[in-house]
Amino acid sequence: MSSSTSVGTDEHPAVVLTGITKRFPGVVANSDVHLTVRRGEVHALCGENGAGKSTLMKILYGMQPPDEGTIEVNGEQVRFRTPSDAIKAGIGMVHQHFMLADNLTVQENVVLGAEALHGIGKKARARIIELSGRTGLNVDPGVLVEQLGVADRQRVEILKVLYRGAKVIILDEPTAVLVPQEVNELFDTVRGMQEQGYTFLFISHKLDEVRAIADSVTVIRRGTTVGSADPKTVSSRQLAEMMVGSELPSPETRESTVTDKVMLDVRGLTLKTPDGSRAILEDVDLVVRSGEVVGIAGVEGNGQTELVETIMGMRKAGSGTITLLDKDLTKLGTLGRREAGIGYIPEDRHRHGLLLTQPLWYNRILGYQTRKPTAKGIWLDTDGAKKDTERIVADFDVRTPGIDVPAAALSGGNQQKLVVGRELSGDPVLLIASHPTRGVDVGAQALIWDEIKRARAAGLAVLLISADLDELIGLSDTIKVMLRGRLVADADPSTVTPEDLGSAMTGAGSTSAAVQETAVVEEGEN
Amino acid sequence: MGHLRGKLLPPALAIVFSLLLCGVALIISGANPLSAFGAMVSQVGKGTTAVDILNSTGIYYIAALAVAIGFQMNLFNIGVEGQYRVAAVVAAVVGGSIALPTGIHTLVIIIAAAVAGAAWAAIPAILKVTRGVNEVISTIMMNGLAIGLSAYLIRRDVFGELRGNNIRTAEIPESGWMPGISFAGGGTVFGFIFVAIALGVGYWIMMNKTRFGFELRASGESSTAASAGGVNAKKMILVSMLLSGAIAGLISLPELLGRDHTFSLNFTAGIGFSGIAIALLGRNHPGGIAFGALLWAFLDKSGLALDNVGVPREIVTIMQGSIVLSVVVAYEVVRRFELASEQRRVGRELGTVGGAA
Repeated sequence: MSSSTSVGTDEHPAVVLTGITKRFPGVVANSDVHLTVRRGEVHALCGENGAGKSTLMKILYGMQPPDEGTIEVNGEQVRFRTPSDAIKAGIGMVHQHFMLADNLTVQENVVLGAEALHGIGKKARARIIELSGRTGLNVDPGVLVEQLGVADRQRVEILKVLYRGAKVIILDEPTAVLVPQEVNELFDTVRGMQEQGYTFLFISHKLDEVRAIADSVTVIRRGTTVGSADPKTVSSRQLAEMMVGSELPSPETRESTVTDKVMLDVRGLTLKTPDGSRAILEDVDLVVRSGEVVGIAGVEGNGQTELVETIMGMRKAGSGTITLLDKDLTKLGTLGRREAGIGYIPEDRHRHGLLLTQPLWYNRILGYQTRKPTAKGIWLDTDGAKKDTERIVADFDVRTPGIDVPAAALSGGNQQKLVVGRELSGDPVLLIASHPTRGVDVGAQALIWDEIKRARAAGLAVLLISADLDELIGLSDTIKVMLRGRLVADADPSTVTPEDLGSAMTGAGSTSAAVQETAVVEEGEN
Repeated sequence: MGHLRGKLLPPALAIVFSLLLCGVALIISGANPLSAFGAMVSQVGKGTTAVDILNSTGIYYIAALAVAIGFQMNLFNIGVEGQYRVAAVVAAVVGGSIALPTGIHTLVIIIAAAVAGAAWAAIPAILKVTRGVNEVISTIMMNGLAIGLSAYLIRRDVFGELRGNNIRTAEIPESGWMPGISFAGGGTVFGFIFVAIALGVGYWIMMNKTRFGFELRASGESSTAASAGGVNAKKMILVSMLLSGAIAGLISLPELLGRDHTFSLNFTAGIGFSGIAIALLGRNHPGGIAFGALLWAFLDKSGLALDNVGVPREIVTIMQGSIVLSVVVAYEVVRRFELASEQRRVGRELGTVGGAA
């Protein structure tokens, strides 16, 4: 195969998808999708969550067969039955969630499943070292993967597909797990490899990134390709409107509604690992006032989940106090804290928010089994629950044929709207929202943002945890940065940029006046 | 309507399937399946069979309810067997050693049985809540201990007395009995059957209308969602195990209060295990369990009739086993099918495209 750096039109394109259609029970995930990827380019595929990007890539990677349509690679029509067929044709995929064995070395992870190529010994090692250079991975192949950071793990994933001979590399939301600085490094790697003749299919819904890296863009909406654009000339807003097909929502809340009435007051909160060896949360102080949204920024795994679950009483704090409206919650269980007025949008609605096989109205009762309108004393009030579920379905635009369908039958965005509607009922004084718009479509996202803003204007205190820095900056009145179980810095959302926050989140120290460090970071790099 | 079909179709298919399976087994063993099935059906009209079936249906019903309470929150109470054995001895000893007015005496015996069953179940419950011991292991071990304990309690130097070849506890005086409904020549229906029916109604109300039932079902469906919704998992384990044990304690009472009036070596064992199968068969639903218990009792009694026409009675065991297996499989198949069709229906009514990425 010749590798050309020029984007030739006389040659066959690297990949052509024609008329791809894929149906699942209840939905058409892809319908009549057309996509042409020229050799040596970075081609971005944009679309909202649930638009059908991942399904399309699974089809291209041989994980699912299309119901209709054809796939051409280098001008030849191919039919992939399994991913190994796709790999043979030179297509490799780097999944959004890494598929690496932490307790194996880099070399073992790369060679695993491809032992036939260069064995498992010196030859394999030499090949890996040769390829590492191309991905910018500067570690010895004998290092355990568990010792690598997120960016290096991603390089190992890219290395894996290169080792298997991929010329076309699918990157599925590669930046979702990276902080801004790491994103830039990834892009440098991608450009370097592009010059060596590799072709990239870059899946993302982050439009600034798409415009920064892609040579051409194809937009997918509601399962079908709606058009292509030149990233050099198109604006993010135009791209976004192609994705959404309508006017864009914005998370921004400009007028401040912050009062000086303290709703949640957390002092000295400490949580240890079950064996008591390490602190997950260390001496956390946090105040949320009426009408205020306090956002917590942090790379995942730095204690945000645990902070929320400790405030909710699902984990038992080692020390510290939690006060809500002058009422001491420290000794109460989860139910007592909910009754005191905390609404809780959990980060994983399937694990923590819903009873999936139960009808919607039954889900309305969860967390409210002791209160009106879903209960009277020890008795459930099923009529009240049903009536109130109808209200949520109407007010929060939950798209469902009725309240008797099981929660699992709804799409992610509609499930989330139901959860948000439930947690905002019963006049809560504090809402804890963990990644409230994760995995939902833009329409649901706008509605959820609006509802949070409306409740805030009415005096609700909100504690917001989000990995989406734009959401965090747009919604919050105050941002606190969490690193290794501590709140280490405050940021002013009116002036801070995602890059500043990214630096603070990795503990690299801040160069911006918008981020004020509040605690000395141990083992800090700066 | 489709809802009802989804509930009734699987057991019907399962029964047909297991009839076919047993038919094949009968043909292989050289018997005529038609005459065997004929004998099973015609036995019902003879002698006391119909009443016997009704009586053991009631007993099985209580056992299955006890198991079902645990099942509702994914607790596998294998220990119903041991719980009702211990409760039977305690109830017999208490009933035989006190003298109280009619009615009150019976009530005291019932309470003693429930408390004893709950106490025996409390041990694995506490172990699970405090130490994380798996209830399957601990309740099986408690079953072994229950046999030893009951044997000890009816020793002659403890609470037992020798009657002919049989060792038993002191007989409960007549004030502690529970009268039944007598059919001349057709046997006597245990009065406790009505308590069993009341338990079924109470179980339905508890599961569907109360906060406790909601918390039980939520815990069973998703323990993580339940805990985020404020359900205290440890409390639920403790309470549901105690409740399960208390109901298990009542299993032996129809016979004890209505016929035997004493705990002896002739004690009917194994009902706790049948209860597990019947709870599975009835999908933890009080109506389903009633049907399952009736079927189980009918098949049990068929063994005798089959012996009379020269067919090995073990065929009944094959039939019971194959029904349970095929019901479990059939429900799972139907459940998946229904969820998929529900998602299709929602998709169709909303006309959505996408969302499956």
